[in-house]
Amino acid sequence: MTDNQLLPYLPVLLQLLVAAGIGAGMVALSAIIGHRKYSRVKMQAYECGMTPTGDAQHRFSVKFYLVAMLFILFDVEAIFLIPWAVVYKDLLRKFGWFGFWEMIIYIGIVLVGLIYIWKKGVIDWNVDDAKESASGSD
Amino acid sequence: MIETLKFVAFLLLKIVVITHVLLGAVAYTVWLERKLIGRMQNRWGPTRVGPFGLLQPIADGVKFILKEDMLPPGVNKPLFVLAPLLAVALGLTSLAVIPFGETVSQLGKLGALQISGFVRADGSIMDPGVGLLIILAVTSIGVYGIALAGWSSNSKYSLLGSLRASAQMVSYELSLGLSLVGVIMLSGSLSLRQIVDAQAGPFWHWNVFVGLQFIAFFIYLTAAYAETNRIPFDLPEAETELVAGYHTEYSAMKFAMFFMAEYANMFTASCVATLLFFGGWHSPLEGLVKYSLPPLLAALEPVFWFAAKIFVFIFVYIWIRGTLPRFRYDQLMAFGWKVLLPLAIANIVVTSLYVAWRTV
Repeated sequence: MTDNQLLPYLPVLLQLLVAAGIGAGMVALSAIIGHRKYSRVKMQAYECGMTPTGDAQHRFSVKFYLVAMLFILFDVEAIFLIPWAVVYKDLLRKFGWFGFWEMIIYIGIVLVGLIYIWKKGVIDWNVDDAKESASGSD
Repeated sequence: MIETLKFVAFLLLKIVVITHVLLGAVAYTVWLERKLIGRMQNRWGPTRVGPFGLLQPIADGVKFILKEDMLPPGVNKPLFVLAPLLAVALGLTSLAVIPFGETVSQLGKLGALQISGFVRADGSIMDPGVGLLIILAVTSIGVYGIALAGWSSNSKYSLLGSLRASAQMVSYELSLGLSLVGVIMLSGSLSLRQIVDAQAGPFWHWNVFVGLQFIAFFIYLTAAYAETNRIPFDLPEAETELVAGYHTEYSAMKFAMFFMAEYANMFTASCVATLLFFGGWHSPLEGLVKYSLPPLLAALEPVFWFAAKIFVFIFVYIWIRGTLPRFRYDQLMAFGWKVLLPLAIANIVVTSLYVAWRTV
């Protein structure tokens, strides 16, 4: 029973189910017990004392998309680094400095990407800074 | 078959008990925070309900359940209900892989002090080999709770709050993940138990005192504060600009669930800091001072040290909330991408040199 290598992952699944159950229980409890009283004004979206206009599914700044895209690019870097870090000591023992230099080249390539977006002003959220660095790099 | 059912039932019992201990700790962290912030601002904090206001969390809980559970007409109903549920469920899930001690006798059998840990026949403990990866994965899915809450609310404040939160959390997650690579290199494993075992001994064996790992620790701590949306990185719910950010439209228990998720995430972040950098359940004086305890206390000693270290991190969370002002959004993004990320990469290079110098 306790020899299966995958056994420790069963509790993680059970924990997720129990946690979701606790969450669902809390939502249900407050939906059942809490009393309701309808009022037109109360049901409006909160707008600091004004009558809200239109809905909120608006267009928003393209910067947020850029950040999400950059996150995916750089998170893949982190994912590649983790298995390397796990076996790093073994790599050093077997192949000497090879494991080190190979990863330095990889990190270097990623750093060039970071410097590029930095110079392009993608991560400048202050509009004046962004204009300055974008015109400076062209 | 009966054997399997008994096994699963016992496992469920363990999970329910430990999860409720965490929920109780979360409730009383809110009390502690209100009390400490009160004293830092020269007021009393809660005093009315019970001695020292100790029953305040229970009173708050009852109030949250009795309040009206509003569902504004404009919201996307399934997602609006799903968002707090997701936040709480994911906040509590990472608890499963966190070890808080070696073994203890459970109902006459030897059991591991970890939900997902099992004692093998030879007495060694088997735990998920990629525990750290599971924590990183679960905490990064946590972004969905906040993003969905803001988007489904159909309120401009909520939308802005959740956009800010998503961008902030994904930006700081990079530094968070990269700051842990140094520790993984030092211990050569992703299993939280093996990472802690590699730090056994007196306190200078802890990872935070090895090489330049204290830099990694500070990167981790900063990124963890941003991940949990705590001051000084609480822009998603900046009261003065966004009312309450992504949970503006929520009421009753759903509102409370976001807070529970936030505090549960604070606990997870503190646990990871303790396990990875501060020797987990090992006493700081291990191997230095000889003392003997009665068997029951000796069994609970590691749990005590683990809890004490977590308490220190929770206290620092609250202390910083009472001390620092909020960042401006452009400063926040610039700090994450231009300071923390290069620093985390530099830390990886320096640590790999250090490990190579020690190994080759």
